[in-house]
Amino acid sequence: MKKTLRYTTVGLAGAAALAFTVSAQATELNVVSWGGAYTASQLKAYHQPYMKANSGVKLNSIDYSGGLAEVRAQSEAGNVTWDLVDVVVSDAIRGCDEGLFMEIDNDAQLAAAPDGTPASKDFLEGTLFDCFIPQIIYSTAFAYRTDAFKGDQPKTMADVFDLKKFPGKRTLQRAPINNLEWALIADGVPTAEVYDVLGTPAGVERAFAKLDTIKDSVIWWTEGAVPAQLLADGEVVFGTGYNGRLFSAIEEEKQPLAIIWDGQVMDIDGWAIPSGGKNKEAVMDFVKFATDTQRLADQAKYISYGPARKSSLPLIGKHADLGIDMAPHMPTNYADQGFLTGFQWWADNRDELNERFEAWLQQ
Amino acid sequence: MALPSYAGPGEIVWYYSYRVVCGLIFVFLIMPILVVIPLSFNAVPFFTFTPEMLSFDPAGYSLRWYKDFWNNPQWIHSLQNSFIIAIFSTILSTSLGTLAALGLSKPYTPYKAVIMGLLISPMIVPLIISATGMFFFYTSIGLAQTHLGIILAHTALGTPFVVITVTATLVGFDQSLIRAAQNLGASPPTVFFKIIMPLILPGVISGGLFAFITSFDEVVVVLFLADFDQRTIPLQMFSGLREQISPTILAVATILVLISIALLTTVELLRRRSERLRGMSPQ
Amino acid sequence: MAEATVDQSDIMRTADGTPLKVSIGRAMRRNKLIAMGLIAPLLIFILFSFLIPIVDMSLRSVDNSIIPRILPNTIVALETWDGQDLPPEEAFAALAADMTAGRESREIGKVATRLNYEVSGMRGAVMGTSRKISKVKEGPYKEALIKSNKAWGEQDTWLLLKRLSGKYTFGFYLNAVDMKYDVQGDIIAQPDFRQIYVDLFIRTLWMSLLITGMTILLGYPIAHLMATLPLRYSNLLMIMVLLPFWTSLLVRTTAWIVVLQSNGVLNDILVWVGLVADDARPQMVYNQIGTIVAMTHILLPFMVLPLYSVMKTIPPTYMRAARSLGANQFTAFVRVYMPQTVAGIGAGSILVFILAIGYYITPELVGGTSGTLISNQIAYHMQSSLNWSLAAALGAILLGTVVALYFIYNHIVGIDNMKLG
Repeated sequence: MKKTLRYTTVGLAGAAALAFTVSAQATELNVVSWGGAYTASQLKAYHQPYMKANSGVKLNSIDYSGGLAEVRAQSEAGNVTWDLVDVVVSDAIRGCDEGLFMEIDNDAQLAAAPDGTPASKDFLEGTLFDCFIPQIIYSTAFAYRTDAFKGDQPKTMADVFDLKKFPGKRTLQRAPINNLEWALIADGVPTAEVYDVLGTPAGVERAFAKLDTIKDSVIWWTEGAVPAQLLADGEVVFGTGYNGRLFSAIEEEKQPLAIIWDGQVMDIDGWAIPSGGKNKEAVMDFVKFATDTQRLADQAKYISYGPARKSSLPLIGKHADLGIDMAPHMPTNYADQGFLTGFQWWADNRDELNERFEAWLQQ
Repeated sequence: MALPSYAGPGEIVWYYSYRVVCGLIFVFLIMPILVVIPLSFNAVPFFTFTPEMLSFDPAGYSLRWYKDFWNNPQWIHSLQNSFIIAIFSTILSTSLGTLAALGLSKPYTPYKAVIMGLLISPMIVPLIISATGMFFFYTSIGLAQTHLGIILAHTALGTPFVVITVTATLVGFDQSLIRAAQNLGASPPTVFFKIIMPLILPGVISGGLFAFITSFDEVVVVLFLADFDQRTIPLQMFSGLREQISPTILAVATILVLISIALLTTVELLRRRSERLRGMSPQ
Repeated sequence: MAEATVDQSDIMRTADGTPLKVSIGRAMRRNKLIAMGLIAPLLIFILFSFLIPIVDMSLRSVDNSIIPRILPNTIVALETWDGQDLPPEEAFAALAADMTAGRESREIGKVATRLNYEVSGMRGAVMGTSRKISKVKEGPYKEALIKSNKAWGEQDTWLLLKRLSGKYTFGFYLNAVDMKYDVQGDIIAQPDFRQIYVDLFIRTLWMSLLITGMTILLGYPIAHLMATLPLRYSNLLMIMVLLPFWTSLLVRTTAWIVVLQSNGVLNDILVWVGLVADDARPQMVYNQIGTIVAMTHILLPFMVLPLYSVMKTIPPTYMRAARSLGANQFTAFVRVYMPQTVAGIGAGSILVFILAIGYYITPELVGGTSGTLISNQIAYHMQSSLNWSLAAALGAILLGTVVALYFIYNHIVGIDNMKLG
């Protein structure tokens, strides 16, 4: 009787201890992203399926507003709590330069395509960088109010600079990036030569001169939420915005807008892993899952950003709520009408041009 | 200060126009709230009075933002965190600030201006710089990513308000009252609570309110110091700003406004009740 | 207090024999200690949890330790260079060695970013070179370096490195006031098209002053009304003052956009009433008007509450006494009431002014081009360009300006003029 009792107690204690260690082993990963509809699509396509398949991992979704201030502060303080950060390429380059992000060996650490193509070949050209795992291609494109103009509707990006034919206010991002390229293209420079021309002082002058022609009709936005709001209110007739936001406005909220794909500037959003993080292996496992072919195609069901992998493109289906075909709304569908932003060029010249742009705004 | 019966025409004009002007200023003060409350029932996620709303078409109204707030555990969690952090940091900053203001108002304090400058510096230094600096400091003492760390950081940010408002109230304070009380045999704590406190109470409450709001509305420090468990309301509100200002913030704001109206009117009704019970005629 | 007596030697003494002077000195010291004891908890708390971290951040504004730390051999080799033509081969070899080491430790990127702040394009040059040069195992390094990037064949690049050899630099403060070091190390003004900070400082200061003035203008009447009404009414009015506080900054700002924009509430009302034609709607937001209106609204409670608390301590008997002595309402108000409220105006002004200088989210959303303030630039440098040194320099200049203004204010109104007894 005593022995049974003793064995039972030991058995129960052992089971309790085991249960404790098992649950204590649940890894918690802090995944940082932009919030809003974008994070919602990531939760549905990546986080929830992963947590279902791996019960020992808990993914916490934290929101931030971009920039590397927190990552750098954490790294310098030796207190890195963010395990994975959703960044744009320019921040990834900057962070990689400074040693803030871990370098990735694409073929070894990322999933191959279902037909066996290694990751480094499956991801679209120009999307892979040292510390960066691409996720989606998004673009900044122009939209206009369909009820603003009688007769001729705007068709090309250069129409935005045409105040006589299409009068009214415009809204552009308060930054030189994209605006300088658009100014040059509207002025007649072929897309392939834009960065070469911008590299010369005369080219920069030319871009600012072209922007001067519409400067007084422009409302400058700093937060991505603003242009869609301005367009919906009828405050502006043309606006630049992230194509996913414009898609929601048009298809979900039924606003009278149309997108001009001509001249769209494509950019890439992806993951970066802070070096000095405490759960690098667990995070890498999640990233491998989250960036494989099917997952990237799944994300396209919730938001109109194009997957960065070639093998995902044919798998793009319909929107989960609206039921419409997503493929015609992807920026990658209109890739030949736009261009990929010049990451390295901007990484080198952003600091100086930002100051110059601010000074130009004040004139 | 009612209009006395002997008021001349000039005074009557002045009396009413003064009140009209004040009325306009109050309208100015609450105009955003008047706009926010109807917009929180908007059916589309834009900050626009849609034509359906203006014609009172029911299709233009919906409770979706309130449902979004209620169903999202993160909002509720943030609300809890925001209140806990704000209340504790307000208590701390009000106590420390009031004590310091008392010390600064004493006649023989040396280096008043320098000390005052140091004490209000948290308000002057650009918040993003102090947030980064405080992050390094709290990490080095192991308090980053804890509630206590954020409370202390917000205390530092809130004390300047208390110091400024309480010292202003103490300017007209008659120091001889203290001497009289001591003369009558009161101990220092009694002097403080029965003589000084009632007279500086408006200043203390103003300062406390400012400290509370500063902590409640603060987003930069929290971005650095808060982990997933410590997220606060402003973090939720600013999330997703790259794509959209979520109208859920309007729903949250309306709920908070309603709670605060309820709280403040309750306090006022209690005060009137205690006045009646004490037999003091309403003045 | 002990009695004072005059003894034969003509010194006043207290009853227990100590000279009065000593006794008073002792009492004053005791008072000072009590005062300091009251201030001490807060002061120590602020000192440790705030001031020391801020000083640490501010030191970044003169910090140039990146280059000497990551390129040590190059700096040593450049010490003997006279600045003419190109440095000797040892300098090139040293640079190659430093770059290889920097690439190993992944620190070379910090040099790239640092140099890019001075000359655009250096980032790509340094990163590209470090990648290529780590494959070169032996000299001569001069050709190898120039081949990997022609910037190393230019004298200006090497002069730049030589100028940045020290651990401290004044350069960030120069940038903060739109100046810079040129190639030779002389101080010159930035090119015209890059001058932004001085204008921003000036604009920040005058807009904050204007907003402070507006809040005084709008806040004084209602504070006076609330202070003189019976408590039952004034508390209800106070609720109206406090309500905007509960709506977060973002909500209030977007609400003002909704009210002020071209198709917004105010314009719609004006058109409906007939004051304004439909196609000539005034632009009230995305310009300075928007910033001023929104900021005045947000900061008004910060003026009203201190004014109210000071006004509440003013006994109404003074005004009645003044009127009974023959002053008319206006004179009594200006000469008797207003001077007593100066402390409240002062406190409110400090609060509003300093807060107005610091807010950047509101001007960013409603200000348009003419509405951005210096804090926007500071935030940009902390978050996007990661030029924390420049942000610290701008912040230090801002802090210095405000502290200087505070001391001026102090002379006129301030804490040293507080009445005693």
